[in-house]
Amino acid sequence: MTVAGLIFSNIHDGCIPEMTRFRTMASIPFGCRYRLVDFALSNMVNSNITNIGIITHYNYRSLLDHIGTGKDWDLARRSGGIKILPPYVTAYENAVANRLYESRLEAIINAKSFVSRCNADYVVLSDCDVILNIDLGKVIEDHVNSGAYMTIVTKKVNTAERHFDSNVKVVSVGENNALTDIASYKPKNGVVEISTNIMVISRKDLEAIIDDSVSHGYTDFMKDVIKRNLKKKLIRTYKYDGWYAYISSLESYFSVSMRLLTEEAREGLWGDRNRRIYTKLRNSAPTKYSDEAKVTNSLIADGCVIEGTVENSILFRGVHVGKGAVVRNSVLLQDTYVGNNATVNCTITDKNVMIKDSRNLSGHETMPFFISKGSMV
Amino acid sequence: MYKKKECVVMLLAGGQGSRLYALTKKTAKPSVSYGGKYRIIDFPLSNCTNSGLDTVGVLTQYQPLYLNDYVGTGLPWDLDRTFGGVKILPPYQRQDGSDWYKGTANAIWQNMEFINQYDADLVLVLSGDHIYKMDYAKMIDYHKKTGADCTIAVIDVPIEEASRFGIMSTNPDGSIYKFTEKPKNPDSTKASMGIYVFNKKKLEEYLKADSLDPESSNDFGKNVIPAMLNAGEKMFSYSFEGYWKDVGTISSLWEANMDLLGEKPELVLDDESWRIYSRQSASAPQYVGEMGQVINSTMTAGCEIFGTVKNSVLGQNVTIGAGAIVENSVIMDNVTVGAGARVNYSILDSGVKVGCGARIGIDGSPESIAVIGADVTLPDGETVEAGSMISE
Repeated sequence: MTVAGLIFSNIHDGCIPEMTRFRTMASIPFGCRYRLVDFALSNMVNSNITNIGIITHYNYRSLLDHIGTGKDWDLARRSGGIKILPPYVTAYENAVANRLYESRLEAIINAKSFVSRCNADYVVLSDCDVILNIDLGKVIEDHVNSGAYMTIVTKKVNTAERHFDSNVKVVSVGENNALTDIASYKPKNGVVEISTNIMVISRKDLEAIIDDSVSHGYTDFMKDVIKRNLKKKLIRTYKYDGWYAYISSLESYFSVSMRLLTEEAREGLWGDRNRRIYTKLRNSAPTKYSDEAKVTNSLIADGCVIEGTVENSILFRGVHVGKGAVVRNSVLLQDTYVGNNATVNCTITDKNVMIKDSRNLSGHETMPFFISKGSMV
Repeated sequence: MYKKKECVVMLLAGGQGSRLYALTKKTAKPSVSYGGKYRIIDFPLSNCTNSGLDTVGVLTQYQPLYLNDYVGTGLPWDLDRTFGGVKILPPYQRQDGSDWYKGTANAIWQNMEFINQYDADLVLVLSGDHIYKMDYAKMIDYHKKTGADCTIAVIDVPIEEASRFGIMSTNPDGSIYKFTEKPKNPDSTKASMGIYVFNKKKLEEYLKADSLDPESSNDFGKNVIPAMLNAGEKMFSYSFEGYWKDVGTISSLWEANMDLLGEKPELVLDDESWRIYSRQSASAPQYVGEMGQVINSTMTAGCEIFGTVKNSVLGQNVTIGAGAIVENSVIMDNVTVGAGARVNYSILDSGVKVGCGARIGIDGSPESIAVIGADVTLPDGETVEAGSMISE
């Protein structure tokens, strides 16, 4: 049995415009040293899925740069490996045909040649806005044994504790884990089961969906594929009970980053040495802590120099925290420079931000202060 | 497929490093950890790639498994090339017999075919024993400019230490007139760094003669260099200034790690213009807990600190338990220090597990470093005296 992977790099980009202005959802930096795509990719690689297509749409230069040959995920292969699937635009057809795809289903249609040539029995589909470390092997096994038409990985969440948006699909589950309904999330308190948008389907069925959608002009995966088949075929849910986070806005990016500091999250993402999260490796030197460094409850990447105080924060590669500076409850992306005696609280700095000496910056945990790439404060 | 290479590098990595005792019990000296995320061999390999030298033979002999694995295809140093690249060269069996590498010169002699494949004009000989950043291209330029047959890199050492080194006596133009291995009464402070550039033809000639001499110990410093000097070949010294440290002993390895710490460290590794590359694993970011404290130390991926770390260099995936205090120590990869344990003036090799409340090297000093060999487990409450050595 062979399995291929298909990753959507731009789905829900619009949710977090501050960070996707220059990049895809897939290439948003997250968790000190990762990009969001690393979780989807590593989950597949750790489940021996080594033939993976990444569907891109726009803004994908940073993604190309990150993926490179795919070597860091062990995906630089003669046979299979990683393929970036950019939009197929030709100069010879009319403007309508050249229109960029907008929906999930249209994106899959555009990846038709990958699907039909990938030579796999099954295909796993995954987005890049979910953060989890899941054994997809079990999902696939469950799917194959059940004989289901499609399996959707779901997660039980407490909507009172976490913020969700209308992109999230709430599922209703009947006997034998069969999906009985799927609908957009509406704010309400309580525990609900949501779709992680990780799905397994046989390649033949996926090809049939593509052909059927092209001939009927279908464009909406939920409405035209899932709902149309809900009564006719067995669509199953697979209940994932590990650590899960979903990024739907800048606020949720911030709160999910803060959740990484909990033991539960660190154990859930990095606890299993056989299922590591891979990323593009760089050659930063180890991080230096000076005589005056005071660091508590923080996750820190390599290549940083810390001469001040850091509390409850996430520091990416090459961050410099000057003498007397205080960084609290903040997420500082690659090469952020915090000058001497500056204070930074509830702030997200994008790459290459310079905060000059003695500046005081503060957001609030419900509304983090965001400083865009390359800015100087 | 072979393209002509002007210069082929031969990196001698077969030595045991017996004065590192427990640290080289299972692995060759070039693959000993240094600076948290490096191995000693990262320095010559990174220097090669930064100097534009892309064809490197790595001569291995003693405990090569880990070293072979580490060098691999050469990807971390950009030495996985279609033309050239890094190749591991172990001793092998020939039609007329088989031999271990009998000395540094013999190791190269047995691999002349490797050098000749690339039709090289020059051979750069390096050893895998030193921590330094050096642009070999400049030395090669100097070698070509002086028209020397052999150029030897030298570094100024204090006169009182000169008797530990091979000492070059030179004329004002840099040419060498005398070479003495570990002189009792040194007349120069120019110590050989064990880095040689040879004209390939001359090298081949002298290695051949050396191989036919049953009295020879087949060593560059003892035999080949003196033979070339005696025959009046044109030999020059190339002066190197900068950080250079032989890490052949426990105390020098410890010192070289400590040189990375402080306000103005003697050796800077986050130098964009001269990066040191290493093979890395995919570990989580480092985490310092609520009660953790890290002062004047360096730390890398996968570390989890719940206790106190002071004046220390930590490798990958090191866990320091709550209330534990680690000071003035070098902690290599995958070490766990249990809660409440104290570690001072120690080197803990990879995979060491220190039990809760254990006390290691408490009364140690820079002259008295405790060493715990790879994968040793020390039970809870164990005491290890300063300066002692434990391997299994």
